Amino acid sequence: MSEHSVSPKIYFAIFIALCVLTGLTVWTAKHDYGAFNTPIALSIAGLKAALVILWFMHVKYSSKLTQLFAFAGFFWLAILLVFTLQDFETRDMMNYYFFKP
Amino acid sequence: MKSTVLTPPAPTPHLAPEAKERTTYLTADYGWKSWLFTVDHKRIAVLYLISIMTFFLIGGAFALLMRAELLTPKGDLFEAETYNKLFTMHGVVMIFFFLVPSIPAVLGNFLVPIMIGTKDLAFPKINLLSWYIYVVGGAATLFVAITGGVDTGWTFYAPYSSTYANTNVAGTAIAVFITGFSSILTGLNFIVTIHKMRAPGMTWFKMPLFLWAQYATSLIMILGTPVLAITVLLLGLERLFHIGVFDPALGGDPVLFQHLFWFYSHPAVYIMILPGMGVISEIVACFAKKRIFGYHFIAFSSLAIAIFGFLVWGHHMFVSGQSAYAGMVFSFLTMLVAIPSAVKVFNWIATLYKGQVSLETPMLYALGFIGLFTIGGVTGLFLAVMGLDRHVHDTYFVVAHFHYVMVGGMVMAFMGGMHFWWSKMFGRMYPEAMGQFAAVVIFVGFNFTFFPQFLLGYMGMPRRYHQYNEEFVILNVLSTAGATILGGGFLMSICYFIWSLKWGKPATQNPWEAKGLEWEKAPTPPPTFNFPDGERIVVTEDAYAYTEEEAHDHVAAGVKK
Amino acid sequence: MSDHAHTAPGLAHHFDDLEQQHETGTLGMWAFLVTEVLFFGGMFGAYAVYRSSYPEAFMRASSHLNVDLGGINTIVLICSSLTMALTVYAAQKGSKNGIILGLLSTLFFGAVFLGVKVVEYHDKWVHHLIPGPNFQFTEGVYGGPEQLYFALYFAMTGMHAFHMIIGMVIMVWMIFKARRGDFTPGHHPLVENFGLYWHFVDIVWIFLFPLLYLIGAHEGAH
Repeated sequence: MSEHSVSPKIYFAIFIALCVLTGLTVWTAKHDYGAFNTPIALSIAGLKAALVILWFMHVKYSSKLTQLFAFAGFFWLAILLVFTLQDFETRDMMNYYFFKP
Repeated sequence: MKSTVLTPPAPTPHLAPEAKERTTYLTADYGWKSWLFTVDHKRIAVLYLISIMTFFLIGGAFALLMRAELLTPKGDLFEAETYNKLFTMHGVVMIFFFLVPSIPAVLGNFLVPIMIGTKDLAFPKINLLSWYIYVVGGAATLFVAITGGVDTGWTFYAPYSSTYANTNVAGTAIAVFITGFSSILTGLNFIVTIHKMRAPGMTWFKMPLFLWAQYATSLIMILGTPVLAITVLLLGLERLFHIGVFDPALGGDPVLFQHLFWFYSHPAVYIMILPGMGVISEIVACFAKKRIFGYHFIAFSSLAIAIFGFLVWGHHMFVSGQSAYAGMVFSFLTMLVAIPSAVKVFNWIATLYKGQVSLETPMLYALGFIGLFTIGGVTGLFLAVMGLDRHVHDTYFVVAHFHYVMVGGMVMAFMGGMHFWWSKMFGRMYPEAMGQFAAVVIFVGFNFTFFPQFLLGYMGMPRRYHQYNEEFVILNVLSTAGATILGGGFLMSICYFIWSLKWGKPATQNPWEAKGLEWEKAPTPPPTFNFPDGERIVVTEDAYAYTEEEAHDHVAAGVKK
Repeated sequence: MSDHAHTAPGLAHHFDDLEQQHETGTLGMWAFLVTEVLFFGGMFGAYAVYRSSYPEAFMRASSHLNVDLGGINTIVLICSSLTMALTVYAAQKGSKNGIILGLLSTLFFGAVFLGVKVVEYHDKWVHHLIPGPNFQFTEGVYGGPEQLYFALYFAMTGMHAFHMIIGMVIMVWMIFKARRGDFTPGHHPLVENFGLYWHFVDIVWIFLFPLLYLIGAHEGAH
């Protein structure tokens, strides 16, 4: 295959990083940071996913086209989430500001 | 490059023996196994054609039953529940089993590898699998129809569909779930093929616009259909186990169902129309004998429609209870998505201007498309305005709008494309005079059917009702009469197409004198691997490289076929 | 091209060369993974909507989950991703035994994951937390927004487990193929592309774990 061969050392390094981040996310979850708990958890998860995608899935060494596909999937998911949530999150706002009895 | 023109066989039904020396994809192998286990994209296209036309007739039959009921104001032909099942099945069959697959699965499967200059799609076996999945999904849907049907409307809105309906919602959900994979696999195949298998010299901007349209359609298929899959899965779970995800009594929100449903179903309408637009580009260039005006604009507008089409789904939910803020966002974005479509229409018209226009059947359908799609598209803008939508939502105005784009647009494009490429697929010409006649009948029938519905909707007649007020009678009678004419036109076409398979005039390699690899390089009908054995396709010309000289010759010769 | 004498082994008739064939296969797998992102994404969307509507109910419901088991499962899946990546490396180096060992290890970790899930599901069953007519988050109280949490919990982890099972079946098949010598250093698209699929399944869990297990964790209740 024309695939770039990644050395096992790198795989082990990523593995260690993923385990550390898992521990980190559990540890931070046990503390109360108020509204920040969720963004912190999601950021750590995002970082873990990025490590898997870039190194385990070889996207770092892949063509621009592959990188575009990987990005597009998550970007489209973001469209679904953002546009759907914007409805639910603004219902009370509209009722409060515009539809006063 | 001068292409070799094959000597057409003698115009009798019995071909002279020497004419049979060349094997085509149709004659390469015989027997049902060679068809049902084929991996040849052309044979798969024919398999799809047969199944899709079967469902078109079934969906059309449901429509005629509905129109028969609506001939009179009272609900005297069917009970309300039965009528509900009719319009549901009409929608489900027409959308999922006809419109969504039609051009991609038939014309796309047949033409994409040939237009690109290669031997087959990237994944031939997956192509065959997509057809089997389609057939299984279709069989499941027919089973549901026969065993009582479903009456929720093709939109399956919760909580009626999830909690209160007494019909086979779960069965339909499963059938739709299965069928979605057919769409996904087709789209996946096209995307990878177009990226990876273009012939040497075939750069992105030398591709025919039909390929750009298929590519954009395929993007939507793989990005949108999975969300439909999960939506019907959740609906099925809700229906079977009452998990509460769409049930207000258990804390769920039915509007969430609508968000998830329309996230796919709005882009789905672009899945339905984009391939049609690709066909129109091909037909307009060929029958005006002129380069497409604004090639890059049309190519990029296909991508723009695919991308923007994902940002507007809330315009189906203006009156559903979504927040007015979301409504405003969706309304604004819906205005924007009309722009790329308009760009295409302007470019087609500019192509026609000062072209050597000839009015063969495909061109008649293309001209019909341009006019009717414009009307349908513009009325879509009416609906995009929240205030106006409040008045006409769930009325016949909406029904007329989408039938103008789907039937006046898409079905016309499908008919145009079938007429255009019929000779390439089967080696026979359809009877031209009948083709032109049927096209006019269909155009007239279509407008009589659906134009009155704009008026009905604006006057307040709701959709999905089997009875209505006396004041709406005349327009409904007109609409039903038109539907009968429309149905007659389609039946006529199907009949002469089938007739032509045995008795139609044998076709030359390029009866339309069109540009494009499928006309210039591939024999009619093509051999199994598309191009004459050993011929390596290298592309040097731009797409639509019509010259003025060729255009004049074409007119002078009167296009002898 | 009717002359096949010079074509590479494994080259399909409609490709010009192996490189084109491999790139096509990989792109096809990526296109499929994009559909999977959107497929799971729909459920994440439902989760996001209901969590923002019922934040306390979701926290209460989530705190019933065992964070330790969830954390162990996360590490287990990460191990399986490592072994999968090493399997691909072994295939690139042409080590048949490496491939088989890698696949067996990945299978092992996958089985451990599923075993833990069985334990967790059984626990839910015992505590009347399966959504449906018998759902009681608090003893004697039927229904409630916690049911939405558990509906999504089962739908998302169930769909994830289903994808894992399919992956494991394919891996067993791959072991047989490896033993037959079907994978060579120059031609092993199945191993590479399956690896992509397996890593994707891992990524889904990477997001499921914090969203399902950790939202109630700082309450201290288990």
